[in-house]
Amino acid sequence: MAGLAAAFGSGAMTNTIADIETADVILVTGSNTTENHPVLSTFIKRAAMKGTTVIVIDPRKIKLTEHSAKWLRPTPGTDIAWINGLMHVIIEENLMDSDFISNRTEGFDALQETVKKYTPKYVEDITGISSDDIIQTARIFAKAKRASICYCMGITQHTCGTDNVKSLANLSMLCGHLGKPGGGVNPLRGQNNVQGACDMGGLPNVLTAYQKVDDAGALKKFETSWNITGLSSKPGLAVTEMIQKAEHGDFKSLYIIGENPLVSDPDLNHAEKAFKNLEFLVVQDIFLTETASLADVVLPSFCFAEKDGTFSNTERRVQRIRKAVEAPGFAREDWKIICEIATRMGTPMKYDNAEEIFEEIRSVTPSYAGITWERIDKIGIHWPCPTLDHPGTPILHTVQFTRGKGLFHAIDHQPPAELPDNEYPLMLTTGRVIYHYHTGTMTMKSEGLNIMSPECFVEISSGDADRMGIANGEMINVFSRRGKIKARAQISPKAVNGTVFIPFHFAKAAANRLTNAKIDPVAKIPEFKVCAITIEKAA
Amino acid sequence: MGKENIIQIDNHPFTFEPGETLLEVAERNNIFIPTLCHLKGTTPTGACRVCVVEVEGARDLVPSCATPAAPGMKVHSESREVIKARKNIIQLMLSSGNHNCAIRKFDPDDWTSFHLKVLNDDQYNELCPVWGDCKLQDLAYRYQVITKEMPISESKYPMERVNPFILRDFSRCILCGRCVQACREIQVNNAIDFGYRGADAKIVAGTDVPLKDSECVFCGECVQVCPVGALIPKETLATKKRFDESTTNTVRTTCSYCGVGCQLNLTVQDNKIVEVNGVDNCPPNNGSLCVKGRYGYHFVSSENRLTTPLIKKNGSLEKVGWDEALSFVAEKLKEIKEKHGADKMGVLTSARVTNEDNYIAQKFTRAVLKTNNIDHCARL
Repeated sequence: MAGLAAAFGSGAMTNTIADIETADVILVTGSNTTENHPVLSTFIKRAAMKGTTVIVIDPRKIKLTEHSAKWLRPTPGTDIAWINGLMHVIIEENLMDSDFISNRTEGFDALQETVKKYTPKYVEDITGISSDDIIQTARIFAKAKRASICYCMGITQHTCGTDNVKSLANLSMLCGHLGKPGGGVNPLRGQNNVQGACDMGGLPNVLTAYQKVDDAGALKKFETSWNITGLSSKPGLAVTEMIQKAEHGDFKSLYIIGENPLVSDPDLNHAEKAFKNLEFLVVQDIFLTETASLADVVLPSFCFAEKDGTFSNTERRVQRIRKAVEAPGFAREDWKIICEIATRMGTPMKYDNAEEIFEEIRSVTPSYAGITWERIDKIGIHWPCPTLDHPGTPILHTVQFTRGKGLFHAIDHQPPAELPDNEYPLMLTTGRVIYHYHTGTMTMKSEGLNIMSPECFVEISSGDADRMGIANGEMINVFSRRGKIKARAQISPKAVNGTVFIPFHFAKAAANRLTNAKIDPVAKIPEFKVCAITIEKAA
Repeated sequence: MGKENIIQIDNHPFTFEPGETLLEVAERNNIFIPTLCHLKGTTPTGACRVCVVEVEGARDLVPSCATPAAPGMKVHSESREVIKARKNIIQLMLSSGNHNCAIRKFDPDDWTSFHLKVLNDDQYNELCPVWGDCKLQDLAYRYQVITKEMPISESKYPMERVNPFILRDFSRCILCGRCVQACREIQVNNAIDFGYRGADAKIVAGTDVPLKDSECVFCGECVQVCPVGALIPKETLATKKRFDESTTNTVRTTCSYCGVGCQLNLTVQDNKIVEVNGVDNCPPNNGSLCVKGRYGYHFVSSENRLTTPLIKKNGSLEKVGWDEALSFVAEKLKEIKEKHGADKMGVLTSARVTNEDNYIAQKFTRAVLKTNNIDHCARL
């Protein structure tokens, strides 16, 4: 989200889910939407059915390509190049929205200078996308009245993830496709409350609503509200940094709530060592996950169906969740456990219920100030919603950008941290399948989902499989410089020669034993989407 | 909009927007017109004809779902002709399949043989599994349709059970086509369609293969829109105690899987989720769900849930009481903070828990631990 925040001043979907269906052109990149956001994909597929031009730009021949007018296949890790290529053509052919550029943005000259060398031919050499496709796509996107960009982890999980996002923001601003229905730059959030966790200040550098920890005014406000002193103005460490420090014994305790980094983190062999090096590990979860089994203390908590509260979805809509069943055994609500510990550490934190916490959130969070549980009882509200009579904001940046003017960033292509070579000749990219979710702690409790997707697989093109003499369904070993897993080969038309895909859900054959922990310097996202591997038949 | 955009329904004037169908005008004004095949947001097919109304001057009754309102139309929503037609349609549907609910009035002999047959063909020894939750049954009651002496037709096609989620009982299918509309026009998965012709008509997946071998991704939209008992969630049938509505309640909430935030209705019985449906006519999902949201709820009542705090003693995690666990955590955290400083400590909050939980987690990190080392796995 750092990329969008830098360009627009606000890191969230600019438009709503329903709004995507009203676009004339939808550019989907780095999102296997039908499997990761199935319901959101229905809006894209319906739009395509009614005549919207859908363009998919993805290394895999994902399901959505069956609904798209165009599928462009870049070599993994070359996104900046094709985006710059599109912008090169748009500027060259004078298809940009000059009014929008001059009135609403800054930094255009530098951008123009940078994309000069990204001729269709130059881009073809880097990305493998034909120059014709670059030119045609540029024209379609620029000439559309309303063009929406949807992206997901295929864009962000790179060492250049932040720059990839800034590049997409450039492309949209260049054509003036922002601040209006059917347009926008829309990051699709993969987890139910990622947006909310960020909004609530579950990040090392910001408090709620992205108020910076080094903003003295903001800190003072929180100190007053919380009736304490001495809040730290020093930005904290990102999860990836904490783990790297722990590996070297330079980090002592971690309190983990509802996450399973021992399956979801990159380069697991190192991560595992890091967790074992901690002096004290607390895990608060609903299951004894791989991570919890390493903990010094495990605290049982409630799941979504057992508590009252709110989630904020990918389109910034704050929605209610409600208690439906009683939690098992002696499990307790997450916030109650934390408040108890705070109190025992000498700083009393006491609330009668979750709504009381929400009222406190409103008082220190400008974008949530106008939202009450009562107002969202039936239908959720999109933040920013500053006052009780404000209807919420479905579309951002309609009059001006959150930061004032939209900022173009001049960015050059940079190759992934690790590329195939003689020793590790294939590219690995990771992701999810429709039947499972993240590390599978929830979905793998449903027999039906396990029947449909029982185990890990290595999706490989028939060309690569033939070359290596691998049969469909055969067990193969996959190696990277960091680890090894064994899984079944699945020959699939989704795969393209030279690139294999492995879902990361399965702890038994954890794809993240292979992935590279190299991170984006700004967003601190690991490069899950590209690393070099080799495969061989299992003995 | 001029004065001319007015129609009369049952002698009352109503305005309409150009393009609105008679059904839409009626529904907007709370005038009841029964429907079976009609599915909001999709192209009207007029397949079932149960929504017919009488329009003065028209030669035949017209399907209200597919007839646009026109200035000056005089519509009768429930005239004698209309009722007669609806009765006929419902009767035909009932006689076309295995609709063994109480609306059938049987001779005792017939009843016995009928039930024996049901036992043979069907794993259920009771009435139709959607008894009491069936649009066709509701309409049969409303229009007092009697099927006595109507022969029971055999189903040409066997029940399909070879997938974990959906049971397809062709003997109860009335071929209204709502499932096809849902699959093709709402979810756009294009897995099912009408197959074969005339009396052989059947809803088929792909080239008439089981769902699991087709394009179907088990979103269950077809199950949610099926007005009868032809498509039923396999599990609900096994777990939900039927005919005991007093112990069942529905709770509206938000899905806990991806970031779309679909609105769900959880059906709860005996402190267990037994069924999940999408909330109709409500953003963001307007009733739609995916396979995880609809069928991935078992983790909630899983036997593997953590139920007590655990502390590692001599290398293994042992059950302890809350008081011991909380004090231990508080003491340890205080100790590490004093020994190594707050910046050697961190909290990973979660994209899975509520805003309220997240807010408290970051408040704890900043106000109690006194560090900004808080993050979550948005990046992973």
